[in-house]
Amino acid sequence: MIYNIPFFAVILLIAVGMYAVIFKRNLIKIAIGITIVESGVNLFLITLGYREGGVAPIYTNLPSGVILPGGMVLPIPQALTLTSIVIGVAILALMLSFIIRIYQYYGTLDSRKVRRLKE
Amino acid sequence: MSDENGEGLSPIVKVISSMLFPFIMIFSFYVIMHGHLTPGGGFQGGAIGASAVVMLIVAFGARHTERRAGEEKLSAFESIGGTVFVVVALFGFIMAATFMSNFLVGTSVFGEIPPFGSNPGILNTGGILPILNFAVGMKVIGGLSAVVLAMALVSREDD
Amino acid sequence: MRKIAAIVFVAFFAFLLLAAYDMHDFGAPPSAMDDYVIENTQNETGANNAVTAVVFDYRGYDTLGEATVLFTAIAGVMVVLRRRGKNE
Repeated sequence: MIYNIPFFAVILLIAVGMYAVIFKRNLIKIAIGITIVESGVNLFLITLGYREGGVAPIYTNLPSGVILPGGMVLPIPQALTLTSIVIGVAILALMLSFIIRIYQYYGTLDSRKVRRLKE
Repeated sequence: MSDENGEGLSPIVKVISSMLFPFIMIFSFYVIMHGHLTPGGGFQGGAIGASAVVMLIVAFGARHTERRAGEEKLSAFESIGGTVFVVVALFGFIMAATFMSNFLVGTSVFGEIPPFGSNPGILNTGGILPILNFAVGMKVIGGLSAVVLAMALVSREDD
Repeated sequence: MRKIAAIVFVAFFAFLLLAAYDMHDFGAPPSAMDDYVIENTQNETGANNAVTAVVFDYRGYDTLGEATVLFTAIAGVMVVLRRRGKNE
């Protein structure tokens, strides 16, 4: 069980991010918490596909002495992680633009004060 | 070139960043074009190109960059990239059986088949992969530069 | 209210830790589909890079969906951050 340490690191990252989303009041800290959860999920996808002693799945100038389907790392989780990173960037851009408009309208960044409708 | 309203950084930064800009764009084009041979591809090369445009926004100020390459031009660049992606995928539907099928493997445009095992990369391979890489690279460069330019301009309108 | 949130938080992460004990070993994943992709990349797609072949050829529809998400998010940012006084 001591060699499953990357999975425990993933759980630690997701716990830190969810703590920031649930228990903090500043809007920027909530946005940072969502990004940390995103990073934890990407790390989980990459560590699912590791093979011990493997090289990258690219055939250009392969180092000699690699057994062919057993000596390469799995390529499909890396492709899913690429898509997930780009979607994370898009979500962060949209969140930050909303925070800019909320700050211009209300004058504060406290999530308890922007809850009421302004009369 | 002197600064007109005192925005942007000092003249040394302006000269050096405008000299470095073509080299960064050439490197981004290299990473996009060799996406089927080395690590890289459309998204990674697009992020490098967008960071070059952001370097120009930081060095020259947002209003000057808005006059040269406005938001409408960057948005049109992004839309052209998305349209090329969908048109090439629909060509696969017309010429072969399924929606995004690789119909250029075996023909003469991009379609050699590399020998099995380790080889130094041949640029003429890959089917429709280099065309799709180029379309996604244009989309990412236009999109990320337009977002950063819009955020830099909205914080200046209350002067 | 914060007490209930704290108890649910700790219970959920204890459940996740219990699930992490049952994962497969770290260096030996089940890999029937990826062995097929590694062996048949070069004569089916003609690319040397297996990751790019999976992103654009074997799973190209997911990349089309991701390009749509990127386009929608950037269109949303341009609508929210529009300035007054632009000549239309």
